[in-house]
Amino acid sequence: MAELHVELVAADRKVWSGEATIVVARTTDGDVGIQPGHTPVLGVLESGPVTIRQADGNTIVAAVHGGFVSFADNNLSVLAEIAELADEIDVARAERALERAGAAQDSAAERRAETRLRAAGIGH
Amino acid sequence: MGAQLRVYRRRIRSVSATKKITRAQELIAASRIVKAQQRVAAAKPYADELTRAVSAVATFSNAQHPLTEAKPGATRAAVLLVTSDRGFAGAYNSSAIKAAEQLIELLRGEGKEIRRYVIGAKGIGYNRFRERALAGEWSGFSDNPEYSDAKKVAGTLIDAFVTPTDEGGVDEIHIVSTEFESMLTQNAVAKRILPLVVEESAEEPVGGAFPLYEFEPSAEGVLDALLPRYVESRIYNALLQSAASEHAARRKAMKSATENAEELIRTLTRLANNARQAEITNEISEIVGGADALADATAGSE
Repeated sequence: MAELHVELVAADRKVWSGEATIVVARTTDGDVGIQPGHTPVLGVLESGPVTIRQADGNTIVAAVHGGFVSFADNNLSVLAEIAELADEIDVARAERALERAGAAQDSAAERRAETRLRAAGIGH
Repeated sequence: MGAQLRVYRRRIRSVSATKKITRAQELIAASRIVKAQQRVAAAKPYADELTRAVSAVATFSNAQHPLTEAKPGATRAAVLLVTSDRGFAGAYNSSAIKAAEQLIELLRGEGKEIRRYVIGAKGIGYNRFRERALAGEWSGFSDNPEYSDAKKVAGTLIDAFVTPTDEGGVDEIHIVSTEFESMLTQNAVAKRILPLVVEESAEEPVGGAFPLYEFEPSAEGVLDALLPRYVESRIYNALLQSAASEHAARRKAMKSATENAEELIRTLTRLANNARQAEITNEISEIVGGADALADATAGSE
């Protein structure tokens, strides 16, 4: 199966890189799935989970907060200010953050916590 | 023990205590340089990808964006100075401050009004002592900056930039920070960050190298979201480099302080030995003189 090369990069570190068969991310216009041979695309991402499916059936999910996806020549890069892999996410901490954000009516923090939980939930 | 000798011994003790402190500072700084360098390297993929993306959009769309447009007849300029929170770092802070003052002088010469923004307690203190108004100041993260710190600073600067000039906005933004060249060399440099000049990354062949991208939602939309990130990433990079430079400058300053202390101890030890020997000589001559006098006295009475 054809594969594309994925680089998942946060502002302060490289989070993940490897080969994948399809990457699904949420842009401001809606979800996009990118497979090998896709036309070059540069999109703005919403906060949300990014799903990377590998040839052996493994799925990698990452929570991404604000960033971009760019694809060209079978190289896909996801740039984000903050990006965390699903298994790096501390579920208990995200839940606490969600509660706290809900109580303080901090919608940005609430969305961040929700994104983390969603990414962690799909990963499990 | 003679007074002179006591004074020397006391000074040796005090210099040794200082030496222990500077030696510890040197070792701490040395271990932190490596960490700071790693962070500069870790932030590089993001900065590179971002530069690539911005260059791609800039190449393919003629989209005008407020952040890239030079305002004609600029009258107000902001200068962001990056210094450290703590001293003991040799000429690190003073050379950054000097570079900023030179830049300000230059901009003033062009008839621009200056707004000062300062990062780091040392720079803030410097300006406050001279009773200069600061448009913005941040401190507490100079030796270990996070991305969120850069975001905070960038947010304030971008806000000031997009505000119209007659409402108190600024027309251009310069940043003065210290570039980490090597363990031994760090240079204070001034750069203009806004209006933005997109730097082509060196590895990228210029012109025609970028594929024809499809933009989601639109070229303008992408540029809108990209450019502030680009500014943030430039500031983040400046902060990380400055942090690495700070540690390197501190290590160097503390190393020479330790060496000076060693030299001082050597000199003082020699002086103390001299004083002790002089004292002993003095005692001996007193005893001999006393014995002679006694012998003379006994001889006379017989």
